[in-house]
Amino acid sequence: MILEGKVWRYGDNVDTDVIIPARYLNSADPKDLATHCMEDIDPTFAGNVNSGDIIVAGRNFGCGSSREHAPVAIKASGVPCVIADSFARIFFRNAINIGLPLIELGTAVAEIDNGNIVKIDLDRGIVENVTKGKEYKVQPLPEFIQKIASAGGLINYVKGDC
Amino acid sequence: MGMTMTEKIFARHAGVDHVVPGQLIRCKVDLVLGNDITAPPAIKEFDRIGKPVFDKDKIALVPDHFTPNKDIKSAEMAKSMREFAKKHNIKNYFEVGRMGIEHVLLPEVGLVAPGELIIGADSHTCTYGALGAFATGVGSTDMGAAMATGDTWFKVPSSIKVVLTGKMPRWVSGKDVILTLIGMIGVDGARYQALEFVGEGVAELTMTDRLTISNMAIEAGAKNGIFPVDAVTLEYISSRVNRDYISVSADGDAIYDRVINIELDKLTPVVALPHLPENVRPVGEVAETVINQVVIGSCTNGRIEDLAQAAEIIAGRQIHPDVRTIVIPGSQAVYMEAMAKGYIESFIKAGAVVSTPTCGPCLGGYMGILAAGERAVATTNRNFRGRMGHVDSEVYLAGPAVAAASAIMGRIAAPWEVSL
Repeated sequence: MILEGKVWRYGDNVDTDVIIPARYLNSADPKDLATHCMEDIDPTFAGNVNSGDIIVAGRNFGCGSSREHAPVAIKASGVPCVIADSFARIFFRNAINIGLPLIELGTAVAEIDNGNIVKIDLDRGIVENVTKGKEYKVQPLPEFIQKIASAGGLINYVKGDC
Repeated sequence: MGMTMTEKIFARHAGVDHVVPGQLIRCKVDLVLGNDITAPPAIKEFDRIGKPVFDKDKIALVPDHFTPNKDIKSAEMAKSMREFAKKHNIKNYFEVGRMGIEHVLLPEVGLVAPGELIIGADSHTCTYGALGAFATGVGSTDMGAAMATGDTWFKVPSSIKVVLTGKMPRWVSGKDVILTLIGMIGVDGARYQALEFVGEGVAELTMTDRLTISNMAIEAGAKNGIFPVDAVTLEYISSRVNRDYISVSADGDAIYDRVINIELDKLTPVVALPHLPENVRPVGEVAETVINQVVIGSCTNGRIEDLAQAAEIIAGRQIHPDVRTIVIPGSQAVYMEAMAKGYIESFIKAGAVVSTPTCGPCLGGYMGILAAGERAVATTNRNFRGRMGHVDSEVYLAGPAVAAASAIMGRIAAPWEVSL
């Protein structure tokens, strides 16, 4: 799968409370959650994000609360993939489980700026910064996790399994 | 090659003799936990699988986050969990009136035993490592799948050995130990790793201290935070756990990714400044910070010893006129004991409010939301931007002694400024 989109760039330690504040957790409807996505770190995001745009962030993206509402809100905003230096582990699990691909790019994220266009080849594990003409090779996910991802998430995987 | 505590629990639950860090394994779970926010989406995912629950006695459902129901939408979510519990005859559903904050409640009622493997759709599920169990937070989909299959997948983490030595000084509690550690290694210092607490200093720590320390392992990015099983553990579970369990201990030649030493003697009460738990300072360095609210409670510090420490400072004094102080016992049992010991009366006479158990303000749900520009000292676990309310409010994390002293002084204060 090839993804191409405009970058929304954030820093280190973006926590799940700012991705989707708890005051909106009285709903688990993805559309409701998307209208408040990133609200406490970037109130301009929800109103301006376009389907296909890509979030790029620094270290430990998705730290804090285990709320799956966070990757759900991002996915429902039309963002097909998040690239970060590193991810917090519960967020990583949750994103894979709901079918939101993540790319751990390491410190190379420093070369990607807000508004850049990036192109991602998920199958070949290549990230290209189209704006800057730079290309990065990504470590493939473990095979077992790829299976969950290609099943479209954990539930489909489990359904086929038990 | 020897194994750490975490590796041993994983190996046993995966049905293998040995595991190594990085290995992907499938483990049977002894308990699956959810709450009123995370269980409703988990139930939807569970229903998609179309299987019965794997074991009605090994699922715990606790309405604690937005309950007693704060609004209609929250009431609907609590209702969906209640109906699921009824339909599937879930034994460990705790209705309002019997519920407590999940991580205070579950150990208290004996649902956690050494050597067990527990997952919960709440990041602070790691609390149960205090009893020598492996416990970690997951999301709703993981919870929904595990309710059907009784197992889940893990990547075996490498372990960090945290060696505790010496004795705890007066007014230093488990909160100061874990905040100091997070200050040392940062909020991703143990990312994807297990924290294993060892050393002669462990014996110095009460079960309440240990539960607080394990609770905030996630704030260092850790998968779990585990303590050895000793006399303190056995005493705690003796009146609570009456099923068989197999406790584990680390091998002498277990491999650790790194070793961190903490000398308890040298610790001092600390405060974590906004907006990350790693912004840790000795309380004296921030003592002029004026505050509007104090929250004493949460899954981190809502146990009877926490309230005892706060009561020792607050009893016979008055809360500062400009401060709202909210005390939240972590469970009905904690509440009752605090009443019997006179703590509740002391808090109310001093001008504090006492709430029924709830996560409430800790995550900015209700029961003490901050307005723009307001500042709170809280015994909770996260001080992220907007965590307790308005995006321009601030949370300073501290233990019960500093929180209580701050409530009296109207500014961040050390316990010894109030109580001699």
